[in-house]
Amino acid sequence: MTETGMEGYNFAYLDEQTKRMIRRAILKAVAIPGHQVPFGSREMPLPYGWGTGGIQLTASILGADDVLKVIDQGADDTSNAVSIRGFFARTAGIKTTTKTRQATIIQTRHRIPETPLREGQIIVYQVPIPEPLRFLEPSEPQTRRAHALAEYGLMYVKLYEDISRNGHIATAFDYPVMVHRRYLMSPSPIPKFDNPKMDRMPALQLFGAGREKRIYAVPPYTRVKSLGFEDFPFQVERWRECCAICGSRESFLDEVIVDDRGARIFVCSDTDYCSERCEPIHSGSQAAPLREHLAAIEREGQACKRPVQFSK
Amino acid sequence: MQAPSPILEVTGLTRYYGRRVGCEAVQFTLWPGEVLGIVGESGSGKTTLLNCVSGRLEPSGGTVLYHSRWGLVDLYQTPEANRRLLMRTEIGLVRQSAREGLRMRVSAGANIGENLMANGQRCYGRIREQALSWLERVEIDPERIDDLPTSFSGGMLQRLQIARNLVTQPRIVFMDEPTSGLDVSVQAKLLDLLRCLVSELDLSVVLVTHDLAVARLLANRLLVMRRGQVIESGLTDQVLDDPQHPYTQLLVSSILQN
Repeated sequence: MTETGMEGYNFAYLDEQTKRMIRRAILKAVAIPGHQVPFGSREMPLPYGWGTGGIQLTASILGADDVLKVIDQGADDTSNAVSIRGFFARTAGIKTTTKTRQATIIQTRHRIPETPLREGQIIVYQVPIPEPLRFLEPSEPQTRRAHALAEYGLMYVKLYEDISRNGHIATAFDYPVMVHRRYLMSPSPIPKFDNPKMDRMPALQLFGAGREKRIYAVPPYTRVKSLGFEDFPFQVERWRECCAICGSRESFLDEVIVDDRGARIFVCSDTDYCSERCEPIHSGSQAAPLREHLAAIEREGQACKRPVQFSK
Repeated sequence: MQAPSPILEVTGLTRYYGRRVGCEAVQFTLWPGEVLGIVGESGSGKTTLLNCVSGRLEPSGGTVLYHSRWGLVDLYQTPEANRRLLMRTEIGLVRQSAREGLRMRVSAGANIGENLMANGQRCYGRIREQALSWLERVEIDPERIDDLPTSFSGGMLQRLQIARNLVTQPRIVFMDEPTSGLDVSVQAKLLDLLRCLVSELDLSVVLVTHDLAVARLLANRLLVMRRGQVIESGLTDQVLDDPQHPYTQLLVSSILQN
């Protein structure tokens, strides 16, 4: 083990007893989709709110053959994603990747990859506040009782307030869902754009909240329904623009300010999806128009108005 | 003609707090459309009794039987899910302090709509319609539907609480000193409103109060409580005009001055 730099650590950092405890919690969570299972969250070598729940889940399910991808806001190259990937590469000696298709485990904060996940993959969400009713009902015994008796009228009070204040349901992230028609669940702070991807997803979805000490799960192919009113149904956001780099009209776009005169472009938040779409262009004969296009973005910042033209 | 069945039957209801008595061996029957007043000095067990009967406090002994829309329900034998369903469909509770009975951080409309949504209404337009009509019924300007209750006066809060409880059309409403803490003119208006609503909706009401004037105005029958026990009961006028028990005599002579 010396040559891998793992001396002093157990495989994947956590000790085997802790992993065992967490795996038992995961099994229970999978057996009761959407139910929050308490677990003995450990101190991790990163602060609460940086993914201590997700990292413990990943450590417990990681095997020597796994390939790990970590994203933060859809990007593989943000400091949080890079650090956690580096952490497991060092403490478990496993392979890491930025490619959604190649990964067996994907730990994520705030996004679900655009590339559809398949059977056998596991997606691990980092969750800050697992209780969807928390901001409406501060008492834990009260919220537990609400879950036990499936009394979720309170969640609709929040949506009602949204509509009466803004004319539409203004909740844009952490949009509450019903799992398997039984438990109300916080999908973690992913944009509501990603909610439909959770519905009957072929991959296993695990959620870990380190500070709040809760694990919950959605097994593959489970019904996940976003709440809504009959006359104000759930809707995902749409953009008039397309991605300035890859031209996608289907993906979740981030708005980026490109100069000090307020010029902006929209780009895919999922970096792997975006670069995969550009790959044939980069390597092929179309590299030139792309490079030209990117140069134009830097020059004028007007890219959102005229996306790059790729010939088919 | 068939004799009407009672809506609520309470027998031998007892609640101890450790060795202290909350209420003991209380027995009464409530009939449809009836207003039952419970009077007594502070600490006599009125609120304990109310909490036990309205499903919020498990009694140490005795039974509470509801003749609900779907049949006879023993409040503390039935599963909790049933009890809570009953509590949000057939029972209303107006608390002494409106702040405890309302959600202060969401708008007036959401306060009225909460029970509707809890009962499965999923149409925003209809919920809002009902909230508006109830604001009007309790004489709150419908334009304030999106205001937070924190911006309401004490009398308005109490009226909002009443609207929130009546919107689901319960058959029985418990009121715990609904008019205390309000000034006299507001009290009179609120009592007038309550009287209208009770007769209009054919509600059964259990009204806890220490104010005998309120009891005389609203209640058909009275229970007088002291040290956790019912010491006298009967028609309101009968009890107040011809009190039998020495304590009731004292109570009547000390409060009713005209």
